[in-house]
Amino acid sequence: MYNGGKIITGLVIFLALVTFPIYYSVGKSNPHPNPSLDTPVINKMPVKHCVESREFMRADHMKLLRGWMKTVLSGKSCVYVSSTGEKYDMAWDTCWNCHSNKKEFCDRCHNYMAVSLPCWKCHSEPNT
Amino acid sequence: MAKEPKKEDLLQSISYKAPKTFWMDTPTQIKPGMFCWGAKAKSMNVVGMPNARDWNPAEEDWKLPENWQEILIEGLRERLDKYRSLRLFLDICVRCGACADKCHFYIGTGDPKNMPVVRGELMRSVYRKYFTTGGKMFGKLAGAREMDLQVLKEWWTYFFQCTECRRCSVFCPYGIDHAEITIAGRELLNLLGLNIEWIQGPVSNCFMKGNHLGLEPQTIVSNIEFMVDDIETLTGIRINPTFNRKGAEILFVTPSGDLFGDPGVYTCMGYLMLFHELGLDYTWSTYASEGGNFGFFTSNEMAKRLNAKIYAEAKRLGVKWILGGECGHMWRLVHQYMNTWNGPADFLEVPKSPITGTVFDNARATKMTHIIEFTADLMKHGKLKLDPSRNDHLKVTFHDSCNTSRGMGLLEEPRYVLKNVCRNFHEMPRETIREQTFCCGSGSGLNAGEDMELRLRGGLPRANAVKYVHDKHGVNMLANICAIDRATLTASMNYWVPGVAVAGTHELVANALVMKGEKKRETDLRGEPLPLPEEQTNVSARAVTEKAGGEANV
Amino acid sequence: MKALLPFLAVVFLVLLAVVGVKAAGLYFVFGVAVPYAAAAVFLLGFVYRVVKWGKTPVPFHIPTTCGQQKSLPWIKPNGIENPSGTGGVVARMLLEVFLFRSLFKNRKTKMKGEYLSYSWAPWLWLGGMAFHWSFLLIVVRHLRFFFQSVPAPVQGLEHLDSILNWGVPALYITDVIFLAAVTFLFLRRVTLSQVKAITLPADFFPLFLLLGIGCSGVLMRYLKFFRVDVVGVKELVMGLVSLHPAAVSGIGTIFYVHLLLISTLFAYFPWSKLVHAPGVFLSPTRNLSNNSRVVRHVNPWNYPVKVHTYEEYENDFREKMKMAGVPVERE
Repeated sequence: MYNGGKIITGLVIFLALVTFPIYYSVGKSNPHPNPSLDTPVINKMPVKHCVESREFMRADHMKLLRGWMKTVLSGKSCVYVSSTGEKYDMAWDTCWNCHSNKKEFCDRCHNYMAVSLPCWKCHSEPNT
Repeated sequence: MAKEPKKEDLLQSISYKAPKTFWMDTPTQIKPGMFCWGAKAKSMNVVGMPNARDWNPAEEDWKLPENWQEILIEGLRERLDKYRSLRLFLDICVRCGACADKCHFYIGTGDPKNMPVVRGELMRSVYRKYFTTGGKMFGKLAGAREMDLQVLKEWWTYFFQCTECRRCSVFCPYGIDHAEITIAGRELLNLLGLNIEWIQGPVSNCFMKGNHLGLEPQTIVSNIEFMVDDIETLTGIRINPTFNRKGAEILFVTPSGDLFGDPGVYTCMGYLMLFHELGLDYTWSTYASEGGNFGFFTSNEMAKRLNAKIYAEAKRLGVKWILGGECGHMWRLVHQYMNTWNGPADFLEVPKSPITGTVFDNARATKMTHIIEFTADLMKHGKLKLDPSRNDHLKVTFHDSCNTSRGMGLLEEPRYVLKNVCRNFHEMPRETIREQTFCCGSGSGLNAGEDMELRLRGGLPRANAVKYVHDKHGVNMLANICAIDRATLTASMNYWVPGVAVAGTHELVANALVMKGEKKRETDLRGEPLPLPEEQTNVSARAVTEKAGGEANV
Repeated sequence: MKALLPFLAVVFLVLLAVVGVKAAGLYFVFGVAVPYAAAAVFLLGFVYRVVKWGKTPVPFHIPTTCGQQKSLPWIKPNGIENPSGTGGVVARMLLEVFLFRSLFKNRKTKMKGEYLSYSWAPWLWLGGMAFHWSFLLIVVRHLRFFFQSVPAPVQGLEHLDSILNWGVPALYITDVIFLAAVTFLFLRRVTLSQVKAITLPADFFPLFLLLGIGCSGVLMRYLKFFRVDVVGVKELVMGLVSLHPAAVSGIGTIFYVHLLLISTLFAYFPWSKLVHAPGVFLSPTRNLSNNSRVVRHVNPWNYPVKVHTYEEYENDFREKMKMAGVPVERE
C-alpha cells in the first residue's frame, strides 16, 4: 500500500498554501506608499526638516508621540527639546501645522502596513 | 544460569538519573543474566538461515562473516526501501523524550539505552552515517557513527532487550513505534546469524513439527488425552476432541504453550470443556498446532513461513472458519499480518457463531475470530450456565497483553467475560492497563531462563501494579489472554509478588461453567478446593450472569 | 558541550549577516539571493522528503490501537483512539496534529516507596503547544509583509495578538509565549537528566536558530536602538514575492540577521528532524484505521516463501499419526 493519491494531494495543498503570496502578487504593480510632503507649509521651508531626523522619524515617530502624550499628561512640561536644541510644543498641532495632509501622509504607510492606530480613540482626526 | 539478584539489591540498583557519559561513549556490557544464548547452527540450518554457526555472545569473537558490515548496510538499505515505518521513524524523531520512561526495560534497569528513543538512535546513528547527507558531512556532530563491532554488539544487546510491546508508540507525538526498529534490527542481525537460540529453536521446531515446543502429533494427542482424563475426574464428563478432522465447521488454533505445562494446560482444559458443552463442531490440528509465531521475532519472512500453516490447514480440512485461542503476539499477527502475508482467505466463510448466530463481521476478510470475542458473545446471549461463586476463592485482576491491546484493541471483551465468571474483580492502576498496559517483561522470545535478571527487571512495572492490587484488595489471581504471559508472569509473580497465581481467562470460565450432567465439583481446575457451600450465595447462576453482564458496563 | 557548537554556528550566522550588510554592503546577497535560495531548498527538499517516504510502501497494517476495537455490536468502540474507518482516522490525525493528543497523555514514572507511580506530566505538551501555536500565529501575522493589501484575517489576528495594548508599538502576546516556550524547550534539554541524556547537537541548533529569530524580531520591533524601517522591509518582501526582487537600503542591519536566520531554518528543515511536521501525517501507526481483519491490506512486495507443507509433515510423521489415531491423507 502506498496511498500515493493522498500524499500527492497533501503535497499539492501544502505547496499551494506556501506559494500563495507569490502567485497572488506576481505581475501586479507594487507601488511604494510614498507619503507626500507636498503641503504649503513644507513647500515654503527653505530647509526641509521635522522635529527629528528623517531616519529617526521613520522608525520611531510613534514612540516620540507616545512620549509627548505621557509627558503632557503627567503635567511636567509641554515643550519638547529636540536633539538639535530646537523647542517644539508637544501638541498635535505641531504635526498638523506642516503635515496638513493626513490622507496623503499618515494613512499611506499605515494602510500599506495595515497598522491600526490607537490615536483616534481620543483625538479627533484633523480636517484635511 | 546466572543467579537471581536479591529483590532489594535489584530495586536499589535502579536509578533514573542518567550517567555522566553520553550513551554513545558508553561501551556496551554483555552481562550474565541479561542476555540469551546465541542461536545454534543446527537450529538455523533447519530453516536455512544465513551464516549459521555456533557462537557465544559472551565471547569476544562472534565468528562474523568477513563482509558483515556490507551485509548489514545493504540489508538496511533494502529495508529502508521496503518499510515506510522504518524510513519515516528514522527520519522524524525529535528526541523529545516523551517515550523515555514508558519502556518497562528502562523502568526496570535505568539504562539510558533502554529508553525507546535511544534504542532508535542505535540504528538512527548508523542510518545517518550511511544514508543522509548531514551524517556523511558532519559525522558525530550530526549524531552519526560508523557501523563497527562495538555498535554491532550494542545493537544485539538492546534489540534483544526490547519486547516489541509498542507502549512507546502510544505516547509518541508522531506514533513512532520502536517495535518497528527492533523488528528491522533483529532481521539485520539475523542476516549475520546472530539470533538467540530461545527464538531459533522454537522457530525450527515450529517449521518442522508445527509448533514451538516441537510436540509431535502423537504427543499432542496424548497431552490432550491427559487433560481429558483430568476433566473427567473433575466433572465426570468424558470429552472426545478430534484431530485433523476434515469437514469440521471450525479449526481451532492456539499457542502450543497451552498444550504443555502449568498453568497453560488449565486454559486448554477450559477450551475443551467450553467446546464440549456447546457441542461445537471443531477440530484441532497437529500440523497447524501453533498460533504463536517466534518467526516474527526473527524476520518478516520467517514469520510468514510459519504462519502459512494456519490457512493451508484450514483449506485442507475444508473448515468454514478459524477460531483462535488466547495468545498475545499470535493475535497481533492474525489481526494485522496474516491476511496480508498468506491471504486472501476466500476459501473460508465469514465466522458465524453456530450457537448464537452472531456473524463476526469484524473478521470478514481474515475469517478468524478470537475466542474471547466468541465467548463474550455466548455470555451476552445467555448461552452459558455459569456459577461464578466457584471462583469466589479468587480475587482477580486482568493483565492486558501488549499485542491484543495496542495491536487490536481487545479491551472490553475479556473484562466482560471475567466479570461474568468472577465476583471479585479489581483493576490495576489506569496507567498500567488497557492501551497503557505493561509487558510481562519476557515477550518477543525473551522468555528464556538464562536472561532471568533481564526478565525480572522488565517485569517490574507489571508486577508492581499487581503488587498494588494485591496489597490493597488482596488480589491473588492474575488473569490474562496470552500463553507467554501464563508462562512468564508466574516467574515474575513468584519473585515480585508471592501469593499471586496466573491463569488464562478460559480457565476461570471453565471453573464457573456449569456443564450438563456434570457431577458436583469439589475443586477448581487446579485441584484447589472450592469455597465451602455455606459461603456461597444462594443465587441462581443465571441471575448472577445477568447482574455481572450489567456491571460490565460495556 | 553539545550546545556549544550549535550556539557558535548561530553566532557565526549573526556576525555573517552583520558584516555582510554593514561592512560589505551586500544588500542584494542577503536581501534577495539568500532568501530565494533558502525558499528553493526548502520547497524542493520538502517535496523530495515526502516523495521519498511516499515511494516506500506500507507493507503491513500497523495502527497503534489506543482504545476499544469495533467488534461485537453491543460493545462501544472508541472510534477515535481505535478508528474503524476514515472518519475516525481523520479525527485522530486532527487531534494529533493540532492538539498533540499523544503528548498530552504523558506520565512521569517514579518510584514512590514500594510502588511505581505515574503522575500526569503535561509540561512538554504545554511547552510544545505554546511553541508551535505561537510560531504559527507569528508566521500568519507576518503575512502583512506578503500582501499589498493585507487580508482581513491577518489584520484581525494582529489586533487580537496586541489586545493587551502595552506600549508602542503594542506588545504581541505570541512574541512573549514564543520566546518563553523556546527557552523552556532549551532549558529542559540542559536540566532534565533523561532529556539531557538523549540530546544531540542537532537538537540545539534549531532551538538556537529559533531563539535568534525570535530575539532579533523582538529587538527590531520593540527596542529603540534596533528599530527598522518596516515600510522598507515590506518593499523588499513584496519585491521578492512578486518576483521583481530589488535590494532595499536603509532598513537596518538587524533585519538581515533576522532574515538570514529564517533562511537558514527553512533551508535546514528538509534535512533535519524538523521533517516531523510532514512526517506525522504519514505515520502508519496513526493514519491507518483498525480494519485489517475486515479489509485485506495488500503488501506490494509480498513474495512466495518456502514453507513446510502438510504433505512433507505427514511424510515425517505418518506412522506416528496413525498410531495416535490421527487421520492421514495417504495410508
